[in-house]
Amino acid sequence: MPPVIRHLGDSGLLVELGTGIDPAVNQRVQQLQQRLQRENIDGLVETVPAYCSLLVVYDPLKAAPEALKRRITGLCRFEAAVQSDEQAVRDIPVVYGGEDGPDLTSVADYHGLSVEEVVRLHSGRVYRVYMIGFTPGYPYMGKLPEALNTPRRETPRTHIPKGSVAIAQRQTGIYPVVSPGGWQIIGRTPVSLFDTRRDTPSLLAMGDRVRFLPVRPEEAAKWTG
Amino acid sequence: MDRVDLLEILAPGILATVQDSGRQGYRQIGVAPSGAADSYACRIGNLLVGNLDSAAVVEITLMGFQARFKREAVVAVTGADLGACLNGAPTTMWTAFRAAPGDILAVTAPVLGCRAYLAVGGGIGVPTVMGSRATNTGAGFGGLDGRALVAGDVLPGTRPQAHLHCVGRSIPAALRPTYTSAWILRVIPGPQADQFTPAGRALFFEAVYTASQKSDRTGVRLDGPALETQPGAPGSILSEGIMAGAIQVPGDGRPIILLNETVTGGYRKIAVVVSADLPLLGQVAPGDTVQFQETEIPTAVRRLRQVEAAVDWVRACWTD
Repeated sequence: MPPVIRHLGDSGLLVELGTGIDPAVNQRVQQLQQRLQRENIDGLVETVPAYCSLLVVYDPLKAAPEALKRRITGLCRFEAAVQSDEQAVRDIPVVYGGEDGPDLTSVADYHGLSVEEVVRLHSGRVYRVYMIGFTPGYPYMGKLPEALNTPRRETPRTHIPKGSVAIAQRQTGIYPVVSPGGWQIIGRTPVSLFDTRRDTPSLLAMGDRVRFLPVRPEEAAKWTG
Repeated sequence: MDRVDLLEILAPGILATVQDSGRQGYRQIGVAPSGAADSYACRIGNLLVGNLDSAAVVEITLMGFQARFKREAVVAVTGADLGACLNGAPTTMWTAFRAAPGDILAVTAPVLGCRAYLAVGGGIGVPTVMGSRATNTGAGFGGLDGRALVAGDVLPGTRPQAHLHCVGRSIPAALRPTYTSAWILRVIPGPQADQFTPAGRALFFEAVYTASQKSDRTGVRLDGPALETQPGAPGSILSEGIMAGAIQVPGDGRPIILLNETVTGGYRKIAVVVSADLPLLGQVAPGDTVQFQETEIPTAVRRLRQVEAAVDWVRACWTD
């Protein structure tokens, strides 16, 4: 199926490769991004992968959009979904609840679960990083078990501490820098998700596999660094 | 790098930050370009004082900014007319002049536009982070310690004395943008334009919007008629990549024009401001009116070519 390519102004093309939060669609986004990077196209500035689309940012004085669209369409032949289960899983330690996770109790109450069950469900599966966005290094991960499907907070917070682990609908994420936000905060990780002093500033990238590891507050310190 | 104390901030005013032409290539890890909201004024200011057009400058917002030079330097103020004065005497915009140690540069009253650029020969010598000196205030890096300037800050310069021969440089009036308080911005229909009703789309082009007081470096928020979406259209879309100029319409129907501080967004976009008009977008001040005019991509690209030709012309004036 050919992609739907829409113009985002005079210097962006949004390539839609499916709909919804779907690992197969997201893998196609990742494949298209890799192919475009290999092609070394004159005038291609950068690409921004998301759940089911790839934004291609180009310099319109160097690349003509119609030619670029044809080139992109030519790269959109995908084989059946590749299994990425062999990729290493990164463990992210989380202190759940208390001051670190002010919404843990209300999330448990909302679902009629115990706090322990919420922690077990949240840490009990491997998540895919679907995209990085919102703030530097913010991973959008999924899918959360249906039993934890929780709406956003009615009133977003203006100041969410760095490292806060949050959920919203079937997604989970981590706030890498202090920012506002509307997701339900259930815990906090001592691991730094974004650091400009590192060669690779963002700890996570699209396609990574992540598992949350519940730790006690006194254990958190040994993960810092 | 011959770094010297160059400029002491006496008062930052509403908002003063170090900016340059922005950070490219990191959107995929969530890092927005940032950079001067009016890239044209920033680039021309740099060329006037003998810098590369990508050098770092101070972006000044509306009113209250005051700074003292600690070194002799060549300076140009470009962008919005905010009533810039040197030691109380009005300066000539878009013209390189000399500042002596102890001289005080201040903006006294906003006349037209929103942001002025203070370019200094040798550039503002803060460290580069991920290839740019632009301040990302949201995430707290770049610029001076990743934050807006405060009174008492001292900005470093890089060999300002090597640029003193640029004093007196100016650009022709035809190359100075015309600012206004009633803006008409050219747009291309956005990727979700079809999710609005025909009446909603028509209203978008007929309406006279007002830039809200809540506008800032992340976006120009518009007060005016709410735009109606197609029945059954979802309240939001799945997050996708976004760029400066994108006009998002959240649930309340009131458009927000994004600047360069956002990488992804989950609201539908009715239209996108053309690249050639982005420098003007950076000059929309709270209270100004904004109207949108539809254009086509080839026309937009022609306009962008003209902007780049103007910058090239200015650069060529002083290339030895």
